[in-house]
Amino acid sequence: MLNVFKGRPKYATVRPQEGSERKDFPDNLWTRCDSCGRMIFNKELEKNAFLCLDCGHHFRLTGRKRLAMLTEEKDFEALPPLLAVNPLAFPGYPEKIRQAQEQTGLDDAAIMGKTAVKGSPCILGIIDFSFIGGSMGSVVGEQLVRGFERALKERLPVVIFSGGGGGARMHEGIFSLMQMAKTAQAVGRHSRAGLLFISVLTHPTMGGVYASFASLGDVILAEPGALIGFAGPRIVQETTRQELPTGFQTAEYALAHGMIDAIVPRSKMVDYVGRLLLWHR
Amino acid sequence: MQAFEWEKPVLALEERIAELKQFVDGAEMDFSAEISHLQRKAAKLRKEIYENLTPFQRVTMARHPKRPTTLDYINLLFDEFTELHGDRTFRDDGAIVGGLALFEGLPVTVIGPQKGRDTKENIARNFGLPHPEGYRKSLRLMKQAEKFGRPIITLIDVVGAFPGIEAEERGQGMAIAQCIEEMSFLRTPILSIITGEGGSGGALALGVGDRVLMLENAWYSVISPEMCATILWRDSSRAAEAAELLRLTPTDLLKFGIIDDVITEPLGGAHRDHAFTGMQIRSFMRRYLATIMKIPVDRLVEERLARFRRIGKFSERSLADL
Repeated sequence: MLNVFKGRPKYATVRPQEGSERKDFPDNLWTRCDSCGRMIFNKELEKNAFLCLDCGHHFRLTGRKRLAMLTEEKDFEALPPLLAVNPLAFPGYPEKIRQAQEQTGLDDAAIMGKTAVKGSPCILGIIDFSFIGGSMGSVVGEQLVRGFERALKERLPVVIFSGGGGGARMHEGIFSLMQMAKTAQAVGRHSRAGLLFISVLTHPTMGGVYASFASLGDVILAEPGALIGFAGPRIVQETTRQELPTGFQTAEYALAHGMIDAIVPRSKMVDYVGRLLLWHR
Repeated sequence: MQAFEWEKPVLALEERIAELKQFVDGAEMDFSAEISHLQRKAAKLRKEIYENLTPFQRVTMARHPKRPTTLDYINLLFDEFTELHGDRTFRDDGAIVGGLALFEGLPVTVIGPQKGRDTKENIARNFGLPHPEGYRKSLRLMKQAEKFGRPIITLIDVVGAFPGIEAEERGQGMAIAQCIEEMSFLRTPILSIITGEGGSGGALALGVGDRVLMLENAWYSVISPEMCATILWRDSSRAAEAAELLRLTPTDLLKFGIIDDVITEPLGGAHRDHAFTGMQIRSFMRRYLATIMKIPVDRLVEERLARFRRIGKFSERSLADL
């Protein structure tokens, strides 16, 4: 049958504007799937791990929601919080931070802490896209490094769910770039001590996040359809003036090109990660 | 030679001095007072202009078509050079050159991105934009250096890694990550010198050194001023403003503790006097190589890791404290 609803929907979901909390799905009763266009009852969406009931499209998750899917809140011991400063005195950056903090209730884009997944203790990190695109500034870099250091000290595995749009946080300039080295080195120390790092790439994992710690997992998993790559697709198209292949930089594409170990649907993620952790205990 | 708008007053003066000198040669009159007056004036003007360059003027200097390329520097800095090719997996990437060189009698490994001077060269060098195989070649040569206990010199001049379809397919991000990680733990001294452009992860992949030096008219940042301007204002022509915001000059980076030293260029830029620039870099290399080669290798690696571990600005507070 001809699938007339394929591709992007013609009409976007109307989202509540200013003053209200911006979420990955609107605060009304129904949500339209970005992929197949189906209208889904929000309660059902939540029950279904924010997956489309028809096409399985993975809706973006906030860090908190993802955390709740992986572990019990009472079992999560967060690392001491850190706040961003403005090292370059970049205009507008403090306001951007404040706005993101108000919208997400988070200190910065990374949630890091000690917990257990399916009974296996680990250090768990989640990078939340809704906080300035999940970009890695000094705070995210430091939190990740402290997570790996804690894991090294307690000989624990690390699981990181990455989801950083642009990768680097431009407003922190060179300090942001250096977090790539800092986090890659933290992975290196942990890895050289014979410890396990599971890197899970969620939509989107690009730029400096992908080109540092996220690429260095012993096992690299991805959610279906997640955008994974170094340069953004628009930059690639503008630079090369070539037609981008179908599915370019998707998780499926990365799997086919040998860049990741497996694609794991969200509904199976806890069990999958839990099993890997168990086998490395 | 291509001249920048801001240096035209100096160039005009220099031209007048040259003309006057030529005129004097054929005439009986004495213009020496006039000439020396003009020369003093030109020197003063030159100092004023070049010592007060804006960040973006330095960025354009770093991109000057006559500025020495990595192969030029290799020629200027080393007594001999043997290029080694290929990543042993896919192909040889012309955008990164590397090999063995003799620095004042000492065998070293030298690696750096290579830009072209004309269309033909630029096609062969992919405009100095490396593919993953370039980074993999670089890593191969670094490991080789480690094996034989040779110091590594990286000469960095790259806007960024190539944003292409095939580059993505072959794991650009992964190749850069592996370079950064493995370079960090190499048990051999590494000296990194940013000679021109230090753009993003593509530059950092070669920049994890025990000491990081930078030429006076080089830049180093997480993003190019053009891309930054596009993101901020959807207008790449406002790159000069973005260059101010990014704090990408050696002066700023020295203050931030990102680099260790700034290598002075001849007045007017490296392109004005390749030989002098080479001599300058040589003297810095001599000094810094001697320092890092004296450090026992276990300590060297620990200090390298500590150097990057420290970088980052944040406050140890939480939202609840505010």
